[in-house]
Amino acid sequence: MIAELGLAALWLSAALAVLQMISGAFGVKGEGSSAHALYARPAAVVQAFLAVLAFFLLLYAFAITDLSIKLVATNSHSAKPLIYKLTGTWGNHEGSMLLWVAVLALSGGLLAGLERRLPEKTMSATLMVQGFVALGFYAFLLLSSNPFERLPVPALEGGGLNPLLQDIGLAVHPPTLYIGYVGLSVAFSLAMGALLTRQVNPDFAKILRPWVLGAWVFLTFGITAGSYWAYYELGWGGWWFWDPVENASFMPWLAATALLHSVSVLAARDALRTWTIMLGVLAFSMSMLGTFLVRSGVLTSVHAFAVDPERGSFILVLLALYIGGALTIFAMRAGSIAEGKRFSFTSREGALVFNNVMLSAILAIVLFGTLYPLLTEAFDTRVSVGPPYFNPVGAIFAIPMLIVMAVGPLLRWKEDNPKRIQFEISLLAAIVVAVIAVVAILGSYGILPHLGLGLALALAIATFLPLRRRNLRRVPLATWGMVCAHFGIAVAVFGMASESAFTSERLAAVAVGDSEEVAGWTIELESVAPVAGPNWTAIEARLMARRGDEEPTILAPQARNFWSPPQPTSESALITRWDGQLYAVIGDQAGVDEAGNQRWQLRVWWKPFVTLIWYGGILVALGGILSMIGRVRVDLTRRNAKAKGDERRAELEALDRDASTEPAE
Amino acid sequence: MNAVPTMKAKHQRMTLVILALVAIVAAGLIAAWALSNQANFFYLPEQIQDDPPAIGQPVRLGGMVQPGSIEQQADGISVNFVVTGNEDSAVSVQYSGILPDLFVEGSGVVAEGSLQADGTFHASNLLAKHDENYVPRELEGLEGHGSEVESDTYADTVAGLD
Repeated sequence: MIAELGLAALWLSAALAVLQMISGAFGVKGEGSSAHALYARPAAVVQAFLAVLAFFLLLYAFAITDLSIKLVATNSHSAKPLIYKLTGTWGNHEGSMLLWVAVLALSGGLLAGLERRLPEKTMSATLMVQGFVALGFYAFLLLSSNPFERLPVPALEGGGLNPLLQDIGLAVHPPTLYIGYVGLSVAFSLAMGALLTRQVNPDFAKILRPWVLGAWVFLTFGITAGSYWAYYELGWGGWWFWDPVENASFMPWLAATALLHSVSVLAARDALRTWTIMLGVLAFSMSMLGTFLVRSGVLTSVHAFAVDPERGSFILVLLALYIGGALTIFAMRAGSIAEGKRFSFTSREGALVFNNVMLSAILAIVLFGTLYPLLTEAFDTRVSVGPPYFNPVGAIFAIPMLIVMAVGPLLRWKEDNPKRIQFEISLLAAIVVAVIAVVAILGSYGILPHLGLGLALALAIATFLPLRRRNLRRVPLATWGMVCAHFGIAVAVFGMASESAFTSERLAAVAVGDSEEVAGWTIELESVAPVAGPNWTAIEARLMARRGDEEPTILAPQARNFWSPPQPTSESALITRWDGQLYAVIGDQAGVDEAGNQRWQLRVWWKPFVTLIWYGGILVALGGILSMIGRVRVDLTRRNAKAKGDERRAELEALDRDASTEPAE
Repeated sequence: MNAVPTMKAKHQRMTLVILALVAIVAAGLIAAWALSNQANFFYLPEQIQDDPPAIGQPVRLGGMVQPGSIEQQADGISVNFVVTGNEDSAVSVQYSGILPDLFVEGSGVVAEGSLQADGTFHASNLLAKHDENYVPRELEGLEGHGSEVESDTYADTVAGLD
């Protein structure tokens, strides 16, 4: 029953998406309020309910391991811990697409249910676009990736979930990332709605902003969580691999970051109208491109599911339809949007525009690097593109961006005299030079870590300068949000630079009782013993790690063997200190030493300040949350005040009328 | 700097559009130039023998680990093995580090590294099959793989996540 209910809910949702689209179209066409336009909002809300219901039904099927459903039978296993049964729901193609569609419907429903500030006509156009986008993805799900397909004969046991995915990371990383990806669909629909009804103005920007902020917060958090997950789960000691799928999540983030800032300019200064719309289209296009790259099987990576050309072409068609359609409408309408307000190049707007362009350039760099192997493959040359390309080429644009990011918030809107902030600029420049000099004396590291350390410290200080000489109690929450997010970037950049400059590594074959040294740590192999978990067995090493003279800490890295599906994985072990992390992995047996004792491969890293990368990411997301709360609160207060004012004015008018009519009685 | 009073809104928009275009085109050109230098080319063992890359140039070598060829070195952390291709070609590879989880004889492997002057391939990183269903893209079409993949009972299950 569960599967049939779920499938029915999905078909109904698709039908409601059609209704939403048509009703929205009536709303756009009809002058005044068309009677047919009334259905769009309820259709979106009910659709959200049904799509989420379908997702929960699949979740339930995974929870009880209903082996008559093909998807459960191929991807789950009755002996798996419950948490991984649940998270396994989206650890496969169909389930993750259902999650994607459910989030899409949910964000459409929230928009329809909560947003009352937009002009009705713009709202109709927005819901029409949202319905059209949703319809395509329902079609994809129902026609080519039905998650509720039954097996003719129920399987006796499931195939199990890839052990790399049997981790708490799977509970956090994909859902947050998806909410971010798909949340951008609302920005896309709103941008198209405003463009269609020619309503690109500061009021529209204020409505768009919380949606962009919300999606962006989730994206930031999802990327941060994914990075940490890859770091400890893969056992390679790296935190970012420029894997195509990582890039697929990074590109929408770059576009959303640019959008976020250009929306602020539109809201505050009524400038950058077309640019904001363009970024709205670009951000969701990058989300869809990411889905295409991951879901089509044109890429292989840690993330790629099985190859199915039919699915790939389906998404490609959707991609062409939505992006092509949006760009066509943009090209037709962009000219009719009046130019916004002017500004000088040395102004807050100027700095924001500069960084918008830098973000777009980084996006272009990442996009080219990600697609290049696909292009060359068409000519039968196989290449891979990795850090030697992305790091230096990305830095060409990231470094000017960080510099302007430090200075931009100090500038005034519209026009400013750079001489006014001469002191601040010289202070920051001095910090950069001083840090680079100190690091250069300490040792010879690459040029990028040098610049990264210097810029990170300067940016961290610059972030707080706008608060100078202000009454901190009266600083708006949104400004605190900006400070927090920018400081987070500084913290993360410091972590990245420090990790790449100062990491020390030790690889050795050790017997029980031997010890190794790395960066002031002494690591002794105490024992190696077999252990077992619910669906795996493992070799577990016990390591005594001691730094200087302190009490030793026990580390227990494992080499695990899962049995369904049969696959070995390595479980790293970490010691976290305020100034870094010790990371240990145990490998294979490595022969015997001179005394005939069994040796084991051991790999240990000391990574100074590596944790700052993820703390920085969390700070950035937190800044987004603060900013969102601040903006929405100010907006609600203002609207309440306006409503009260209107009421009072109406009362006064009524009194006046009474007063003027009285004598006549 | 005092652009506000003199410049018309339309001109400013044109300037912005041109600046943005210049930056994006510059990004594209830099990307194209860097990609042609930095892209890491993939070689099969026969290609390494027929037309070897420059000594020390980072490339990727893909093929099968020849059964019986894995030799652990005395230091306990280095291994030597031979990678074979479709024909009789073979390249000996040296690697120091923890072997990937699914690195076994007779299975596919992609080695990242560079060719040394003595003709051996020095690998800095090894990528093995991710799990039973996954074959590095570069190794598709090498013999010994197709049948193994198709015979799998859950061939269309996950090989990864998102």
